[in-house]
Amino acid sequence: MTEPLIQMKNIEKHFGSVIALAGVSVDVTPGECHCLLGDNGAGKSTFIKTMSGVHQPTSGEILFEGKPMNFADPRDAMAAGIATVHQHLAMIPLMSVARNFFMGNEPVKKIAGINFLDAKKADEVTMAEMKKMGINLRGPDQAVGTLSGGERQTVAIARAVHFGAKVLILDEPTSALGVRQTSNVLATIDKVRKQGVAVVFITHNVRHAMAVGDRFTVLNRGKTLGTALKGEITPEELQDLMAGGQELATLEGSLGGTV
Amino acid sequence: MAVTDQKDERVKEISRFRQSLIRPELGGIVGNIAVFTFFLLFAFDSGMFAAQGVMNWGIVSAQFMIIAVGACLLMIAGEFDLSVGSMIGFAGMMIAVFGVVLAWPMWIAIIITFALCLAIGALNGYIVIRTGLPSFIVTLAFLFILRGFTIYIPQTLESKTIIGGIRDAAEGDWLAPIFGGKIGQPIFQWLGDAGIIGVFERGNRMGEPVVDGIPMMMVWAVILIVFGHILLTKTRFGNWIFAAGGDAESARNSGVPVNMVKVSMFMFTAFCATIFAICQVMEFGSAGADRGLLKEFEAIIAVVIGGALLTGGYGSVLGAALGALIFGVVQQGLFFAGVESSLFRVFLGLILLGAVILNTYIRRVITGER
Repeated sequence: MTEPLIQMKNIEKHFGSVIALAGVSVDVTPGECHCLLGDNGAGKSTFIKTMSGVHQPTSGEILFEGKPMNFADPRDAMAAGIATVHQHLAMIPLMSVARNFFMGNEPVKKIAGINFLDAKKADEVTMAEMKKMGINLRGPDQAVGTLSGGERQTVAIARAVHFGAKVLILDEPTSALGVRQTSNVLATIDKVRKQGVAVVFITHNVRHAMAVGDRFTVLNRGKTLGTALKGEITPEELQDLMAGGQELATLEGSLGGTV
Repeated sequence: MAVTDQKDERVKEISRFRQSLIRPELGGIVGNIAVFTFFLLFAFDSGMFAAQGVMNWGIVSAQFMIIAVGACLLMIAGEFDLSVGSMIGFAGMMIAVFGVVLAWPMWIAIIITFALCLAIGALNGYIVIRTGLPSFIVTLAFLFILRGFTIYIPQTLESKTIIGGIRDAAEGDWLAPIFGGKIGQPIFQWLGDAGIIGVFERGNRMGEPVVDGIPMMMVWAVILIVFGHILLTKTRFGNWIFAAGGDAESARNSGVPVNMVKVSMFMFTAFCATIFAICQVMEFGSAGADRGLLKEFEAIIAVVIGGALLTGGYGSVLGAALGALIFGVVQQGLFFAGVESSLFRVFLGLILLGAVILNTYIRRVITGER
């Protein structure tokens, strides 16, 4: 196994008297899709926010490319190559795909000493990147609002990878999507992983996790319940772990294994 | 996933003609065509389209344009400024206080007024981003605060609410002509001599053209429109303005300095209001405590007619300028057409409604809103 790109060791995070994370350890290697599973309130969001520099851990250690790291804010993490695709996407529906793609990283060209937006370059790069991901745009000026939820996720992922993300954190990218859109996003994750990006995929859907995951870590009540390799664990076991063991097991009978 | 190169069968082809029409400025363009057609039909003989008439509604439109550009960029950045009108009154009064009452050189009065108003604009913005309160409320507070000071200060200093003598105080100043002067006099003199525009036929200005130059108010309007348009559409800062108004949280996540963008747009709005105020006091020669009343709403209406979205993230400076043009032409045109001036409001209301309905439709087509 290759050297882990990012290692999170015994991360604890307290908010006042609330212990959101009580010692969580996860590492991710390049070209791997590490699935982080957990029910609502398990601490998934707090954990990835710590990883992406939004929160500073109360205790614990973050190693990035083998060196200890302290991210003061998300820009630090972004500069290091940790990109997050948020639940609410960081896409602006009223703006064109090209303008969204380069939001915050606009290409500029100098005319008479003044920096102007290089719209031509932005348009060309956007069209090329979207084509790579299998999305045909009507034009780079098409508004993001006209895209489907899956396509928006793909734009967001393509954007993160284009801007040199080494670690890509996906926060429930499939939770609001239909079947076909979900499969598109999962295919995108697969493409990104093959480019050597370390993917952290947060979900509470076991089937989505099993489809692309290489390793699985389950969080429950701020603690890690262990990390399993693909093939070592069945979907049912994962489901049980997420629910904390018992409750769902008793429910399962009455629901007929549909959850 | 199958990578397909064929077009999605569910995306309808849009004809080039229709596509060229689908732009945020369409409402403003259609409104202007309607307004100009109306006045060409009903007020053509009134002199509205002679040089003097054009100058008359041109300068009123230019006034609207100056504040509309600021309001437009701020609205696209997702905020309102209701204190624009009070800021105009306040800035004008400050010029009078520094330049006439304290008798400082006019250029110092102008620079200090700019600094003061920009600081108030920044304070507006800072309070909005710090407290997270709607800018509607914060700037409404400043509407009252600034108007109150604008009345209180001259009352206390001079026991009156209008301070005159600004033109004398500005005489020979190097900075004042940038706001109060005119340009292109030789061209207009030549046009008058050539008989293209009318000349005074008697009186002490005999032989001079009826329009003797372009007032700086109009020049500022053009400068601000060009600047605003380029800033919004051709620079990365423009992209940040759209992003900050479209979804501040998403923009922040993408590394856009949203707070800086918003505060600077509040400052730009204050800057536009100050330019308006200084041009106005230079033209009138006096500052009044009631100047700029209701200007904030007129600016916002012009911007909305111009295709901007009240909730931010969408709009066009050119559209706002067209909206301001409608405003100026209608306000002055009804006078030329000999129509009862109270009908101005009726007409304006109808134009506003029509333009906004059209703009809402266009925006849905462009952005896929439902």
